[in-house]
Amino acid sequence: MFINNDVTRATAMQERHVVQPNDAGHPIILSTEGLHVFYGKKEALFEGDLQFGSNQITALIGPSGSGKSTYLRSLNRMNDRIATVTGKIMYRGVDINQPAIDVYEMRRRVGMVFQRPNPFAKSIYDNIAFALRLRGTTDKHELDEIVETSLKQAALWDQVKDDLNKSALALSGGQAQRLCIARAIAVKPDILLLDEPASALDPVSTSQLEDTLLDLKQHYTIIIVTHNMQQAARISEYTAFFNQGRVLEYDTTSQIFTNPQVQVTSDYVSGNFG
Amino acid sequence: MKTKTTQQLEQQLKRHSKAAKLEIWGRTISLTALLLIVAVVVAIIGFVASKGIATFTSNHVNLGDFLTGKSWNPNITDANGKPEVGALPMIVGSFLITILSAIVATPFAIGTAVFMNEISPNKGAKILQPVTELLVGIPSVVYGFIGLSVVVPTTRAIFGGSGFGILSGTCVLFVMILPTVTSMSADALKSVPRYYREASLALGATQWQTIYKVVLRAATPGLMTAVVFGMARAFGEALAVQMVIGNAALMPNSLVSPSSTLTSVLTTGIGNTVMGSLQNNALWSLALVLLLMSLVFNLIIRLIGRKGRLQ
Repeated sequence: MFINNDVTRATAMQERHVVQPNDAGHPIILSTEGLHVFYGKKEALFEGDLQFGSNQITALIGPSGSGKSTYLRSLNRMNDRIATVTGKIMYRGVDINQPAIDVYEMRRRVGMVFQRPNPFAKSIYDNIAFALRLRGTTDKHELDEIVETSLKQAALWDQVKDDLNKSALALSGGQAQRLCIARAIAVKPDILLLDEPASALDPVSTSQLEDTLLDLKQHYTIIIVTHNMQQAARISEYTAFFNQGRVLEYDTTSQIFTNPQVQVTSDYVSGNFG
Repeated sequence: MKTKTTQQLEQQLKRHSKAAKLEIWGRTISLTALLLIVAVVVAIIGFVASKGIATFTSNHVNLGDFLTGKSWNPNITDANGKPEVGALPMIVGSFLITILSAIVATPFAIGTAVFMNEISPNKGAKILQPVTELLVGIPSVVYGFIGLSVVVPTTRAIFGGSGFGILSGTCVLFVMILPTVTSMSADALKSVPRYYREASLALGATQWQTIYKVVLRAATPGLMTAVVFGMARAFGEALAVQMVIGNAALMPNSLVSPSSTLTSVLTTGIGNTVMGSLQNNALWSLALVLLLMSLVFNLIIRLIGRKGRLQ
């Protein structure tokens, strides 16, 4: 673990330190410009300008209430009926934070997995086929194939291939969460947003989930909110540190954990608060 | 051999403290209340059953004739010297009116519940909730009176005849059970976890698809319970129905011909008979049928609830 305990350089610390990812090799697929989120009149996110490179894992860390989940949920407009989101969310050059955007079409490209495993009270097969059927896919052969590849990508196939018609509610927490990932990738999204996906899981399931995410990186761009700093350090290329509704620091993960430029980040990653 | 300190400790621990006594008191009081209610329920069932069975034991009416006979006229004996106590018209009337009003009320109730819960929770809470609660509070005699002065003449104008009948009864009962079914449906939808909706929306489902494919499916046991509750209420409603149904103990040959239900015959007849007579016993038999049906409805609700939990 590369955790920085050197607090003697405090004088050299900056207020805010944001280095957007290098475009080379991993073109920017998603970025936000001047994003603000209000819950009623209360502003929950003051400033969130981040860029995300394709086929990379970006971790969003920060103390509770720092706005990282709010930011993540804004990215595929899950906050639509809950909060007011202003600013631009550029996805492959298109601003998806405008009324003309068909959110249902957009959410197919920007999928999401939640903190708590939330399979439907249906069979494993029907859970994964759910979104495909809504899209009008009825061909049994095609469905079978997508269910199989999705489960294989989520590293769940070997455990459930004989039980596809059993209720998804019978799965363990870790399996249920991987089912949710399989369900999200069944529609072949571009970007996968994960909101603390491992916080309800035991250490073994967590480590399996991390392996799965590292595999998925080849096909998807992953943005993950996590409370677990070791997790961020283990799997992500870039890390953004949120505090009190602002992005205080954004840089490569190794930079954030070994050489943070902002005092609060340094305190947080070294475990002095949060 | 115990030392003195352990003996003291044992004494202290074994002494009944005030808290322990209160505990016993509380348990006794609540157990008494429970036993009292059980006793009342058992007594009612026992009383109605003993009275209702008298028709078959002391008046020697055949149970089959009672349930399938089409002619209700306890004062008259037929050619074979048997009293005419065929309850089929009332049983059919009760079931018809119950099922019809449930069929009419269910779509309205579920639609309202979906609007209140899913589509516009704010307006739902501000407008629909109080309106629904208000509907529950209106006394049934008021419903009956409105039925008598508005529904019956309208039915008469459209379909001819007297206007009294199952159709008018259905119209009145539908409004009466609507709030029950609506608020119970709303509760059923409310109990569907929020993360089901989020999961569905995040997969690109529209709100309607989410409601239709996820929320309503997950709430099905609760919605069925709501409908059966509404039916139980409709089955047992007496006064309002009696005011608009026409009270003719005849097999209903159309929805607008005067007919009767178990409850309406009971309310109109029970005051005019002498305890212990055949006329009186026959009415108790009707009450027994009514009670048994209520138990069946309760049983159905419990079965649905258990099935819902297993899922």
